[in-house]
Amino acid sequence: MSSRSQPFQIRGSLQTLLSLRLVEPHDPEFFAKFLDKIAHSPDFFRNAPIVIDAAPVASLAPIDFAELVTRLREHRIIPVGLQNGSPAWNEAAIAAGLAILPEGRHAEPARAKEAPAAQPGPAVKATSPALLITEPVRGGQQIYAPDGDIVVVGQVGHGAELIAGGHIHVYGSLRGRAFAGIDGDESAMIFCDQLDAELLSIAGIHLVSEQFDERVLKKRAKVACDGEKLVVTALS
Amino acid sequence: MSKVIVVTSGKGGVGKTTSAAAIATGLAMRGHKTVVIDFDVGLRNLDLIMGCERRVVFDFINVINDGVRLNQALIKDKRVENLSILPTSQTKDKEALKQEGVQKVLDELKGEFDYIICDSPAGIERGAMMSLYFADEAIIVTNPEVSSVRDSDRILGILNSKSRRAELGLDAVKQHLLVTRYDAERVTKGEMLKLDDIVEILAIPVLGVIPQCSSVLSASNVGMPVILDEKSKASDAYKDAVSRLLGEEVDLRFLLPEKKSFFERLFRRSA
Repeated sequence: MSSRSQPFQIRGSLQTLLSLRLVEPHDPEFFAKFLDKIAHSPDFFRNAPIVIDAAPVASLAPIDFAELVTRLREHRIIPVGLQNGSPAWNEAAIAAGLAILPEGRHAEPARAKEAPAAQPGPAVKATSPALLITEPVRGGQQIYAPDGDIVVVGQVGHGAELIAGGHIHVYGSLRGRAFAGIDGDESAMIFCDQLDAELLSIAGIHLVSEQFDERVLKKRAKVACDGEKLVVTALS
Repeated sequence: MSKVIVVTSGKGGVGKTTSAAAIATGLAMRGHKTVVIDFDVGLRNLDLIMGCERRVVFDFINVINDGVRLNQALIKDKRVENLSILPTSQTKDKEALKQEGVQKVLDELKGEFDYIICDSPAGIERGAMMSLYFADEAIIVTNPEVSSVRDSDRILGILNSKSRRAELGLDAVKQHLLVTRYDAERVTKGEMLKLDDIVEILAIPVLGVIPQCSSVLSASNVGMPVILDEKSKASDAYKDAVSRLLGEEVDLRFLLPEKKSFFERLFRRSA
């Protein structure tokens, strides 16, 4: 039962952000080189939020943030915050309307031509709110249904990923990764005929196979979210 | 109607080229006009295994990029009628495999051959993609160990999503599992995956199980497809696989360790 007394909900959410690491911010060709880089994949960068990372230059005097923000916005890139700054850098960033972010973990340096890491799964027509997959999902494939459930009639191989806004049902072995309720829906569940998953996640809370109870391994199972943890139950 | 069959695996060193050579030879021995193409540009091995490396003048890449005629590059096998080899280049790299060029060569080969066997390089990069893109059927070569099985699963996914048949929404590429280096004794001891375990993970029909056999290496070293070694168990297993590829029903063999005779046990000889 969800209470409706508040007109809003505040929730934690995890986002992956691009970061722009300043190495030589005073290079006169800084913007020319930057624009050249993003020109390779304009769609990827259009209206993308970006975090300014000052790690290499934090010991120097802060740059003119107002100018940097204006110039980035001119090119439809939206700076949202600063990380790895010194107190002086942080102050300058706050003055320019940016947030101060804790030190994040870094992915590989973003390469401009980067294609999505996983390949799209088999072509499927969604004729109902649930995405129905009737062939095995193989390692390296990703099935993505941001607005609904995923039903797989077949197995999901090691290294495959199922990503759903709603529930995930697997009528076969689940050996890959399953992410249900990706928009924070804690009532989402994962069901499978044989639980052998690498990772289970509901509403951003996850469990890796090492943490599974042996009694549920390779069993028919359901996975639900209970507060801050996932509960895996064998179905008899 | 000629068929394009890719022999692929994802993982390297599992026996793709050996299997491509053996199966192409086997199909030719059964009277089908067959050509086997080496897609491993830069690391050409097929001509060595087929024993024709000293007859290579022009290659697959010359045909694609340099205006060389296909007939100038095709090498007729000396031992088996109906069998031709299209070797690849040792000096170029996989970028030389242009999709339109590959398609043109395959289309021309279809006019002359019943079976076109594509020997894929390892990996999932350009060479492997080009070798499987035009395939009608795929032979997935897998060793009885975990990493090989995982890579095979990955390749099956690519066949289902990135091949021409998948892109055009045609019937899916027909998939066959070929387990090689199957050492029944080690399987019994639990040191290698059982055939059943592999089939459970990959969930595709079994084309054959090739037993671990020293004859495979000896045959490679003298440039002879192992299927031509009459005394070899691997040869028998490949012949069975060819029969199944042609739609015949043949029972699987070599799944259990051989009972050793008294003398073999005495002298600890292995086949």
